[in-house]
Amino acid sequence: MSAHVVPVKTYATIFLCLLALTALTTGVAFIDLGPLNTVAALAIAVAKMLLVALFFMHLRDSPRLTKVVVVAGLFWLALLISLTLADNLTRHWTAGPTGWENTPTQTRQ
Amino acid sequence: MATTEFVHAHQFDDNEQQLDAASLGMWVFLLTEIMFFGGLFCGYTLYRAEYLPSFEAGSRLLDVSFGATNTAVLLASSLTMALAVRAAQMRQRRALMTFVVLTMILGLAFLGIKFFLEWVPDWHEGVVPGLHWAPSVEVVQHVARHTGAVLPKVEMFYLFYFFMTGMHALHMVVGVGIMTYLLLKARTGAFTCGHFAPVEISGLYWHFVDIIWIFLFPLLYLIGGRY
Repeated sequence: MSAHVVPVKTYATIFLCLLALTALTTGVAFIDLGPLNTVAALAIAVAKMLLVALFFMHLRDSPRLTKVVVVAGLFWLALLISLTLADNLTRHWTAGPTGWENTPTQTRQ
Repeated sequence: MATTEFVHAHQFDDNEQQLDAASLGMWVFLLTEIMFFGGLFCGYTLYRAEYLPSFEAGSRLLDVSFGATNTAVLLASSLTMALAVRAAQMRQRRALMTFVVLTMILGLAFLGIKFFLEWVPDWHEGVVPGLHWAPSVEVVQHVARHTGAVLPKVEMFYLFYFFMTGMHALHMVVGVGIMTYLLLKARTGAFTCGHFAPVEISGLYWHFVDIIWIFLFPLLYLIGGRY
């Protein structure tokens, strides 16, 4: 971040946006949208994260190196969760060993 | 305050380069925090996928009003923290101290709500896995109504709930400690002589802890199918 001083008005606006998004995400939780409830909750959380990181944490005015480092961290997190789920959520796709307690003859059809 | 004007350490070209280096260093530390909390979020996702009805039933046992209030309190503390950094940049010692104190008060308010209004009642309801797991009749009936079974793995939800919010609260306690340090040093004018990097990177930490809560709130309180 540089020595750039952000006006109070910007911070206040961001804060009000964050409060509005909090009210929105809480309200949406009481409406049945099916699987979209989770999507909406996470999308709003990501939007709030971006507001905090870009404005309160001054990422917007930071050198490119800092931005690359932050994106690398988020990319790592995406790898962790997506690769773990790629394993866990696809195990039932193929017939195969299901666990140590089952003998191979029971699990292979 | 007549403190001598800050001059960058000799290995840096100028003050701004030193500030950028300090910020980058803090961000690298925050990445290790992403790795730490990321493991918890990943574990939460896996077990939630595995025991969805139980996690939804557990989520509905939490009080959304406390969660939403605490979110607002924490966002307000992020605002005061950002204003504290701004005051340090503008070399306003009094304003800096005021905003640091406000940030501390809001942080302590968050911890107070979390502890006295949520964790203590949780303890009395007997929903603390490992330490005091003896859910009341109401809790058992509530879970049975939503999952058609008697407490199937709701303990797992509460385990994640206490571990994630507990780790978050621990970071808040550390944050309040950092604020105390900032306050003591700010009194002497150490951060209002052009050297505001310590305030800036303490702010990065504080906002990061806020971001963790921004994700914990919907994941724990909201996506339990409350409609």
